[in-house]
Amino acid sequence: MEREVITMKLARSHVLVCGGTGCTSSGSEKLLPEFDIQLEKAGIKNEVSVVKTGCFGLCALGPIVIVYPEGAFYSMVKIEDVKTIVTEHLLKGRIVKELLYDDSIDGAAIKPLKDVDFYKKQLRIALKNCGVIDPEEIDEYIAFDGYKALGRVLTEMEPKQVIDIIKQSKLRGRGGAGFPTAIKWEFAANQPEGKKYVCCNADEGDPGAFMDRSVLEGDPHSVIEAMAIAAYAIGSDEGYIYIRAEYPIAVRRLNIAIEQAKKYGLLGKNIFGTDFSFDLSLRLGAGAFVCGEETALITSIEGKRGEPRPRPPFPAVEGLWGKPTILNNVETYANIPQIILNGAEWFLGIGTEKSKGTKVFALGGKINNTGLVEVPMGTTLREIVEEIGGGIPNGKKFKAAQTGGPSGGCIPTELIDTPIDYDSLIEIGAMMGSGGLIVMDEDSCMVDIAKFFLKFTVDESCGKCVPCRIGTKRMLEILEKITSGKGTVEDIENLKKLAGSVKSSSLCGLGQTAPNPVLSTLKYFEDEYMAHVIEKRCPAGVCKDLLRYIIDKEKCKGCGICAKHCPVTAISGELKKPYEIDQQMCIKCGVCEIKCPFKAISRK
Amino acid sequence: MAVNLKINNIDITVPEGTTVLEAARSINIDIPTLCYLKDVNEIGSCRMCVVEIKGQRALQAACVYPVSEGMEVLTNTKTVRDTRKINLELILSNHERKCLTCIRNQDCELQKLSTDLGVLDIRFDGENSHYEVDMLSSSIVRNPNKCILCRRCISVCKNIQTVSVIDANERGFNTIIGSAFNMPLVDTPCTNCGQCIVVCPVGALHEKDDTDKIWELLADNKKHVLVQTAPAVRVALGEEFGMPIGTRVTGKMVTALKLMGFDGVFDTDTAADFTIMEEGTEFLNRLKSGKNLPLITSCSPGWVKFCEHNFPDFLDNLSTAKSPHQMFGAIMKSYYAEKKGIDPADIAVISVMPCTAKKFESKREELAATGHPDVDAVITTRELGRMIKQAGIDFTKVEDSEFDAPFGEASGAGVIFGATGGVMEAALRTVADILTGEDLQHIDYTAVRGLDGIKEATVEIAGTKVHVAVASGLGNARKLLEKVRSGEQQYHFIEIMGCPGGCITGGGQPIVDAKTMMDIDVKAARAAAIYAEDKSMTYRKSHENPIVKKLYKEYFGKPCGHLSHNLLHTHYVKRENY
Repeated sequence: MEREVITMKLARSHVLVCGGTGCTSSGSEKLLPEFDIQLEKAGIKNEVSVVKTGCFGLCALGPIVIVYPEGAFYSMVKIEDVKTIVTEHLLKGRIVKELLYDDSIDGAAIKPLKDVDFYKKQLRIALKNCGVIDPEEIDEYIAFDGYKALGRVLTEMEPKQVIDIIKQSKLRGRGGAGFPTAIKWEFAANQPEGKKYVCCNADEGDPGAFMDRSVLEGDPHSVIEAMAIAAYAIGSDEGYIYIRAEYPIAVRRLNIAIEQAKKYGLLGKNIFGTDFSFDLSLRLGAGAFVCGEETALITSIEGKRGEPRPRPPFPAVEGLWGKPTILNNVETYANIPQIILNGAEWFLGIGTEKSKGTKVFALGGKINNTGLVEVPMGTTLREIVEEIGGGIPNGKKFKAAQTGGPSGGCIPTELIDTPIDYDSLIEIGAMMGSGGLIVMDEDSCMVDIAKFFLKFTVDESCGKCVPCRIGTKRMLEILEKITSGKGTVEDIENLKKLAGSVKSSSLCGLGQTAPNPVLSTLKYFEDEYMAHVIEKRCPAGVCKDLLRYIIDKEKCKGCGICAKHCPVTAISGELKKPYEIDQQMCIKCGVCEIKCPFKAISRK
Repeated sequence: MAVNLKINNIDITVPEGTTVLEAARSINIDIPTLCYLKDVNEIGSCRMCVVEIKGQRALQAACVYPVSEGMEVLTNTKTVRDTRKINLELILSNHERKCLTCIRNQDCELQKLSTDLGVLDIRFDGENSHYEVDMLSSSIVRNPNKCILCRRCISVCKNIQTVSVIDANERGFNTIIGSAFNMPLVDTPCTNCGQCIVVCPVGALHEKDDTDKIWELLADNKKHVLVQTAPAVRVALGEEFGMPIGTRVTGKMVTALKLMGFDGVFDTDTAADFTIMEEGTEFLNRLKSGKNLPLITSCSPGWVKFCEHNFPDFLDNLSTAKSPHQMFGAIMKSYYAEKKGIDPADIAVISVMPCTAKKFESKREELAATGHPDVDAVITTRELGRMIKQAGIDFTKVEDSEFDAPFGEASGAGVIFGATGGVMEAALRTVADILTGEDLQHIDYTAVRGLDGIKEATVEIAGTKVHVAVASGLGNARKLLEKVRSGEQQYHFIEIMGCPGGCITGGGQPIVDAKTMMDIDVKAARAAAIYAEDKSMTYRKSHENPIVKKLYKEYFGKPCGHLSHNLLHTHYVKRENY
């Protein structure tokens, strides 16, 4: 096959500009042409290479630009900063200190990235190439050992050997349930020869989770390569990546990657000159959360309403269009080439006894370093929150963390030293989930949090089975009753019964896990529920219907500012005398509390 | 291969592929079900049949869970009972609970389950859905407020009938079964077959009730009200009064109709004999000319509308002969009216049919040969059952009586119209006699009997090889006609019935609950009754029926003649799907 001659430019400096969704939305796309213009002006365009990469992880600080060889980590770079970086750093060799990320400086010196707190405890396997290579350039992937694993598999290994290595590595599915990947592959491989499919679940739907998106945006070839490996292992020649249409950057890069791989003969007929052929295409999902469930996803690929169906038969036996199908998550696939290249022993050396390797988390909520992290299994929640995440903003106290999104559970302060792995999390009533990790501080009401997640599942229930369709709705109604101050102790009892029943009898994983946020908050924060029900009080001061704004007569100077700002004229009084709030009229907007110059108004 | 398992610690061996539900039922362990309907809907969505299976984290739906070697199942633990009850309460919490005024009161699977599971209180009440009731169809009423989203109707409409006019719209709590854009059924390619009604476990789907109209006609002294009953009604009506499936109640039915005050109680079987004369002649003509073959039967109005929507290229193949009850109406308002000296405007013809599509058919404008509608109203077997109850007639105890003369005399050929293959067999009995010019004694065409969805046979008559096919159920009709359309198969004569099994299991027949459906083959039981009725008849061939002979002699002259063309034949129209 004829190929273009590969020419890799040599440059004295590399400017890596993050092209992930986070940095893109904070304006990184505009930086690229600006670098071109400024480098041209400075006359050093040929000496400096500007690369748009995948995610660096520290999304809250975007746009991020890293300049090598110095490893200068510029954060929150604005378009007007580009000129400074070019003229100062790239032309004159003077690092622009005021643009550097605070934690990347050690006195006068720049710390290597691996010594920055955010990165110190991380270990990047799935994210290995994210923020390192240009995801739209297959040569860069190849330069970082890309497609080497596929080459080795196709030319040196039997399909069974591939499955054996994955089995030895004890890799478990990163999509949430943690099912051993090799077992799935083995089931499918053992089905009689014939049409089989390899599918990738890129329908990442947890609120606040963006692990898979980042892998696909930053390193799409790793997933393509892994799917080809999987196809070889089970005897398939066709695959689909089911990805949300809401991930336009990932979709675009995947399309580019697939085209490039086809051009290089890494997809299509007779890959690496062997008998093995594999074709891959994308299917865009319309954003239904339930389509992340494997049978619903398969039904959706078939062009039908995305609804789950009972298992067995499992997809590995009867999947897409009734054919044996394996379906793995993006992050699971991203691990495969590394395991093939480095061996199962290497992978076994990382993680805990039953959970091997690393896990990518999307850190969000009340935490300083919002972003993407990849840590070895077994890292404690405390390490993630306090060290990698940089702790809670504004000196507030950690209250709980929610893992697994709407399917997961809350981990309270007393369990902050729990090592994060599949089994420990299940044991404490949470779950790994796909990797969303939302941190809550003392200002979060746990009943409200449970209500938030439940609202999500009620909206996302497909409506097929009774417990999920009606049960979650009734649970939500009970929570609404409680947060509006109308709940009773009996409601809490009914809520528990209902939650248990929905969990044990729903048709698919969505319904079976939907009660987790309620059950785990009931387990660790029942006192908060009781405060709402018995004392009609929201301890965190979140539930509006239970709030009262009160003016402290001692502190009130009678200035009248509160009354002036109250949108519903609920505050009245005489100047220079203490004012009063009419509780009937008050809509609890909180404006008065903010506006009072004497801090005389407080929430109760 | 046999599989060994334990259910409630009882050892049991069942064939591979058996579900836990079937295995349990085989040893008389009852597991409640609601969405499940054997061979129709096996989707595990209502979660009433959940059981504990050792080694499984969650409870599993017995209706779809296949048995496996060494499996241990528990169907009666506290968790299982509590969970089923909660799920049932959830269903009830969003169900319009107006049971006393519901058409399915005391014949409702949800109501029964509620009693069986001891639901005395609904702990999880909350917001309820409120939707408009679709009453615009002349055959089917849909009340989404009573719908429990079991999806049996979707399965039968989509998978079995391949009509696919309803499916789940919206999602989550807002899920509603409806047509595209929730338009009324009347604006869709719905065939009015009513199979959705007979599978509905509750009162969300029912026939458009026309009983009041009949009572009004009967109360009107100026009206001469005639009733005719289709063959399939007499083998099912008894079920409305608790009699076993497959009981023949012809005589009791006639007595009840007379007690209700009809001026004439006639037999649609007689009309079926006329249909055979017309259609049989039409077939012989086409066979001779070679035009518009295969001839396809047209007595099933569900099938005819399906053909108009989906196979308009076959409209010329449809027999132009009207369906029996329409022919009968036309004869009543012409010949009978003349004989009796009654103004046809004062005659009301009522048809008791196993069919909901007949309601729509009777309203077709082209079916008014005398300037008056051939048939004034159609009621289903179920509606007749209700009317008999309203009239205070103790059905199981009334004596038998005979249909009124002269339109009570029918042949066995007319009777077997009620089962799939019956029209074909009836036609062959007559066609064979005509072609051979003999009175053939061998008249049981068993090749076209039986409950297979598609049946094919080659019958040799007087040296001519006649290729015939029989399909029942619209999905089978589609399959068969696609083969004909592609040229893969060629036939001379095709019988198609819209409902699987034919009229005996039509959309207007008594509703059989899911549990009974597991134990009894309803189609087979009712079909057996039909063939027993055939055997008991004096005349077995349509052309031997004395009234048929008399009318052709006195009135029509000959089949497919001028007068019969006017009165007994019709035409069809191509219909758009949306």
